[in-house]
Amino acid sequence: MELLVASAIGVMTAGGIYLVLRLRTFPVILGISLLTYAVNVFLFSSGRLTIGAPPVLSDDVTTYTDPLPQALVLTAIVISFGMTAVAVMIGLGAFLGSDDDHIDDQPEPSETEGQP
Amino acid sequence: MSLFFIVALPFLGALLPGLMNAAGRAACAGVTFTVSLAAFIGLLTNLPQVLRGELVTARVNWMPELGLNFTLMLDGLGFFFALLILGIGLLIIAYARHYLSRDDNMGEFFTYLLLFQGAMVGIVLSDNILLLLVFWELTSLSSFLLIGYWKHLPAGRQGARMALTVTGMGGLSMIAGMLMLGQIAGSYDLSVILQNRELIQADPLYLPALILILLGCFTKSAQFPFHFWLPHAMAAPTPVSAYLHSATMVKAGIFLMARMWPVLSGTPEWFVIVTTAGLVTMVLGAVIALFKHDLKALLAFSTVSHLGLITMLLGTGTAFGAMAAVFHILNHATFKAALFMSAGIVDHEAHTRDIRRLGGLRTLMPVTFVIATLAALSMAGIPLLNGFLSKEMMLEEATHTVLFNSPLLVPVLATIGSVFSAAYCFRLIGHTFLGKVRDDYPSKPHDPNPGMWLPPAILVVLVVVIGVAPFLAEPFVKTVTASLLGEAGEVPKAYFKIWHGLVPALFMSIAAVVGGLLLMVIFKPLSNAWEAAPRPEAKVIFEGIVEAAASAARALTHSLHNGAFSRYAMISFVAIVAIGYHAWATGTIGDATRAMQVAGPVPIAGWAMLVAATGGLVFLHRNRFLALILIGIVGLMVSVGFVFLSAPDLAMTQFTVEVVTIILLLLALNFLPKTTPHESTVLRRVRDTGVAIAGGLAAFALAYHYMLRDAVATPISEFHLANSYKGGGGTNVVNVILVDFRGFDTYGEIIVLGIAALLIYALTETLLNGPVRARLLNRIPDQPRAGDMHPMMMVVLTRVIMPVVLLVGFYIFLRGHNEPGGGFIAGLVVSIGVVMQYMASGFTWTSARLKYPYHGVIGAGVLVAGFTGIGSWFVTKPFLTSDFTYVRIPPFDKFELATAALFDVGVFLAVVGAVMLSLESFSRLARRANADESEHPMDINPARAEGSSDLIEPVKEGG
Repeated sequence: MELLVASAIGVMTAGGIYLVLRLRTFPVILGISLLTYAVNVFLFSSGRLTIGAPPVLSDDVTTYTDPLPQALVLTAIVISFGMTAVAVMIGLGAFLGSDDDHIDDQPEPSETEGQP
Repeated sequence: MSLFFIVALPFLGALLPGLMNAAGRAACAGVTFTVSLAAFIGLLTNLPQVLRGELVTARVNWMPELGLNFTLMLDGLGFFFALLILGIGLLIIAYARHYLSRDDNMGEFFTYLLLFQGAMVGIVLSDNILLLLVFWELTSLSSFLLIGYWKHLPAGRQGARMALTVTGMGGLSMIAGMLMLGQIAGSYDLSVILQNRELIQADPLYLPALILILLGCFTKSAQFPFHFWLPHAMAAPTPVSAYLHSATMVKAGIFLMARMWPVLSGTPEWFVIVTTAGLVTMVLGAVIALFKHDLKALLAFSTVSHLGLITMLLGTGTAFGAMAAVFHILNHATFKAALFMSAGIVDHEAHTRDIRRLGGLRTLMPVTFVIATLAALSMAGIPLLNGFLSKEMMLEEATHTVLFNSPLLVPVLATIGSVFSAAYCFRLIGHTFLGKVRDDYPSKPHDPNPGMWLPPAILVVLVVVIGVAPFLAEPFVKTVTASLLGEAGEVPKAYFKIWHGLVPALFMSIAAVVGGLLLMVIFKPLSNAWEAAPRPEAKVIFEGIVEAAASAARALTHSLHNGAFSRYAMISFVAIVAIGYHAWATGTIGDATRAMQVAGPVPIAGWAMLVAATGGLVFLHRNRFLALILIGIVGLMVSVGFVFLSAPDLAMTQFTVEVVTIILLLLALNFLPKTTPHESTVLRRVRDTGVAIAGGLAAFALAYHYMLRDAVATPISEFHLANSYKGGGGTNVVNVILVDFRGFDTYGEIIVLGIAALLIYALTETLLNGPVRARLLNRIPDQPRAGDMHPMMMVVLTRVIMPVVLLVGFYIFLRGHNEPGGGFIAGLVVSIGVVMQYMASGFTWTSARLKYPYHGVIGAGVLVAGFTGIGSWFVTKPFLTSDFTYVRIPPFDKFELATAALFDVGVFLAVVGAVMLSLESFSRLARRANADESEHPMDINPARAEGSSDLIEPVKEGG
């Protein structure tokens, strides 16, 4: 189970990084979303994985999963929606203003390549 | 009156002139005058204690952990400066009332002036050096505003900037010096520091602290080589020049040197640095002043010169020098402020301050002539005027001062300075007021009304009174000197009198006056030679340095920050992975303490879907619509994973957020290109793939190792689990953490969310009010529009489902405290229900039925949450302490009432408002000029037979 979650985090991180390094706004936003998933799941997993023991108190249950990472991730999910929305708006505004959805400044057409 | 009021009055009063602006100029100046007068009288009520040598203090602890306390003290020295600040302030306010023209915003001027006055009073009354620094910076800021008061004049703006740069830099270095001093003394209270002379002077940090503090003093008091800003600050209105640049602000540096005199002075370092700087400034300022043609520039450089004189006196480190300094501060403040105001009168009446265009004003402006002449003669050191007395004390002190092993150096330079000083005073009188009456003044000069000449006249009366009867000022000056010296010296016995006998200082005074007259005789050729001689222009040098610093900063910033986001991202990723690898390679990893859990086929299937969707997303991301579907699958799988891993709240949140995110991205994709072109090279893609795989492996390895090990210490969650029901009254621990244990975090988070939504709204507004608007309105969609944009089935369905959604949201909200749910999730669910109304019936129809704007909903949410938190104050509990009780209303079951639920209402409202405001902003962009704005909920309505067809786009199909 741990292997599955960890590899899922790894795959989402890799996909996220690759997309963030693209040159247009839309894939970069998708990449950030993927990274958000990866980070949220990672934070969540810091409470270790427990199956079938939700942190809802009940008289006949004694083991619960760690509630704190869940609380932190819950707000993180909502905040990341806000962040995504702002990023999308900025990207959209830039595109509408200049008809160009490149993520990098385009000063001289000859200088777009050759960076580290 | 308490010292707090004296300091606070000008600050509080600073609000009034702006408010009184509409009530007229007299009211505006009157209220300012009253505020200053109140502070002045308040100060005078403390006079008896000060004269008895007592220390008046007032103390409020502010941040004792940092040693920062609001501590004020009033001793002779502080009283003296406060008297100058408030007393001359009163005269300046009266003068400015008549000086400012009707075009000037008087409220603004007096507001700045009172701010400055408060800051200055704060400096001289502070007992805590950190507090003193705060006031010190405030004077820099308020003087910046005052110098640049005439915003339309480029000289004013440049002068203000230069003053702020120089004094601001000095302030920074002084902060460093003061912190060192506090470290040495172990306290930031002046009263403690002043007791520790030996300790401080023996410390190895003494010299750096001294230099840093003196840098602050020298910049503020315009000492060489920082003297250049003061003349440029003369672009300010004359009341400002008279107040800040003669009587008060430039004396702040002097004040601090005097204040620190007991602990810092007396060492060779102090003597050499301070005396040399003062001496050079005195001579240089006097020489330059002689050749200035602008009245105010002449006075500015003469101020520089006199400040140098005072600095030199403080530098000698003797008690007599200190007493002469105090006396000269008093005398200089009187005659120089009077001179500035006279210069202002001349400028005001003749419309020029250029000495070459003036002359012969004696008969035209007799009152001004008398005032200016008496003040100028005092400055020149003519007997029976106060300037003579302190100048002779200075010369006396100079004859006893041995600098650089030369007993002649200081007396000779002091005499040379005095010669030039006398010369520019004679020039001021001779070339402005004496001589023939001209007929080419820019404006016909005459004496102004008494409102303008009375303030300088009052000062000149003081000049004469002190000059004729110095014994009147003697007790006061000696009291001030005693508090300046502290325990570091005895007040000298010397009496203040006009005739001291045939002492060397008398001959030096005579030499100065005679020399000054001689210089006037040969002024023309001298001036020509001066004009022809090459001189370094301070302003050019300053601008050069600023420009060089700015371009260096620009070069550095632009090379680091070149606008290529993908480069920053690449650098970040590589750096994070590299640092992680370093930690991995050099650290030790403990053994796994947890066994791996077995995964059944269902989790493996879910994992496979997630990996496949992510892979597909990476390979197919060029088709943006497909990419959106794939990322939806990823999000869905993540939510399912949360369900599986005992996190029902997270699953519900993730799921609902997923829905609104996809809607948001769809709205954005409506405008963006539908495909991503191929443009990065193969090499680049390979490189990015390498970084991505490295990052993915690192994240995998970290998570994997982490999950197989137990926490090193007991997690705080034990506490949460144990106290959730007992303390928070809820069984859903996640929700109790959100609204109770960590409610303050949540409070911050809903605010952030609200701000994000407002930002989106603001960006939309900017776009819609800018050039983009026309483009948006005339945009031709790149995809064919649906013929039936608001189909009946969907309208009916969303209407039917709306109450159900609201019910579900309400239910999820209520159960939140005990079962999975709560404000966040309920907010998202309700938002989805409302968004569906927009989707079904369009923007116009839905927003017409909107009762409350979403900004208001966000604000209401934050307020409800905030007031819930504040409510706990009324029962003297800290912010956001929660309480709960159980009530039973028959026939219902027993249920719980918790203040946390009220807080959750706030969360709910903020989430609804933020989500809706974001999505609504996006859909506002989609409105087009040629689109039909139907007021009907659906396009095709069988019940509305007539007129329905013309609402349909031409491309309708199957309508």
